[in-house]
Amino acid sequence: MSLDPATLTAILAMAAATIFTRLAGLVMPASALRHPRARAAFEAVPAAVLAALIAPTVLATGWPETVAALLTAVAALRLPLIAVVAIGVVAAALLRAVAG
Amino acid sequence: MTVSPEPSPWHEARAGALAILPAAVAVVPFALLLGALAAEKGLSPLEVALMSGLVFAGGSQFVALDLWTTPAAWLTLGSAALLVNLRHILMGASITPKMEGFHPLGRVLALLLLADEIWAMAERRAAVARLTPAFYAGLAGLLYVNWVAFTTAGVVVGARLGDPAAYGFDFAFTAIFIGLIAGFRHTRGFLPTIVAAGLAAVATQAVLPGPVSIAVGAAAGVAVAALLPARREAAA
Repeated sequence: MSLDPATLTAILAMAAATIFTRLAGLVMPASALRHPRARAAFEAVPAAVLAALIAPTVLATGWPETVAALLTAVAALRLPLIAVVAIGVVAAALLRAVAG
Repeated sequence: MTVSPEPSPWHEARAGALAILPAAVAVVPFALLLGALAAEKGLSPLEVALMSGLVFAGGSQFVALDLWTTPAAWLTLGSAALLVNLRHILMGASITPKMEGFHPLGRVLALLLLADEIWAMAERRAAVARLTPAFYAGLAGLLYVNWVAFTTAGVVVGARLGDPAAYGFDFAFTAIFIGLIAGFRHTRGFLPTIVAAGLAAVATQAVLPGPVSIAVGAAAGVAVAALLPARREAAA
């Protein structure tokens, strides 16, 4: 049962960030979110972060990753998340095997 | 105000636990996967239990493990968690007024446990009945114990699996994030947002490899979303 100091610090940093976002709703004036542009910006954050996170893997690793990501995206429009993950993982493994 | 008899807290807590049960079952494979990916990054069961218990936000935990380095870079990981979890502010602002029967401390505790599924179920409850602390405790208690237990179990299971890349297992991160992104597809300006974020991230990564590309990409996507003409505002 090891507990690395750097890992503990990182976990505490993540916890602090999450405590902040969770409690900020308590003091957030409703008026701040009423502005359409502020609201649009806020709502776009998760998708934008996730897209920025995967883009290098999807677009700049190799064709197997790009094709696997496309298949995964199509699956994501219809299937539950766990099936989407299964399809993505299998597609990536098969396409990488084809690519050698 | 209400004249209907107050249901017993026990009954309410059980109703809350039953309401979250399908989500709790559905989240088990992800919890195991998270634990397995964490094991691959060298985290111990204790470290994963701590992370799940203190952070309790699956999306940001997957993101953190994707970015994980040894030794862990707390500033990068903390900033990533902040960005991924900014949506909590909106969720909290929306659910807080519906917690009028909560003790102030209970409200703080409830918000600290505000995960996506709990929020969704609490909103649904508040739409049809009074949201009671006991109902919320049923929701949050079951999902919390479930998440901490199965992510920790995943470390033990995952440590026996071997090299994840051999099965395309590393692509699970990308696949989960694609699935989560697809969940936002009905948000206004969705496509321009993710295209801008993705392209800006790839361009940044080419010049300056590392987590900076996430911040730049995210900023580009958010800027595009904010600057888009709000065409269907009246319908929203």
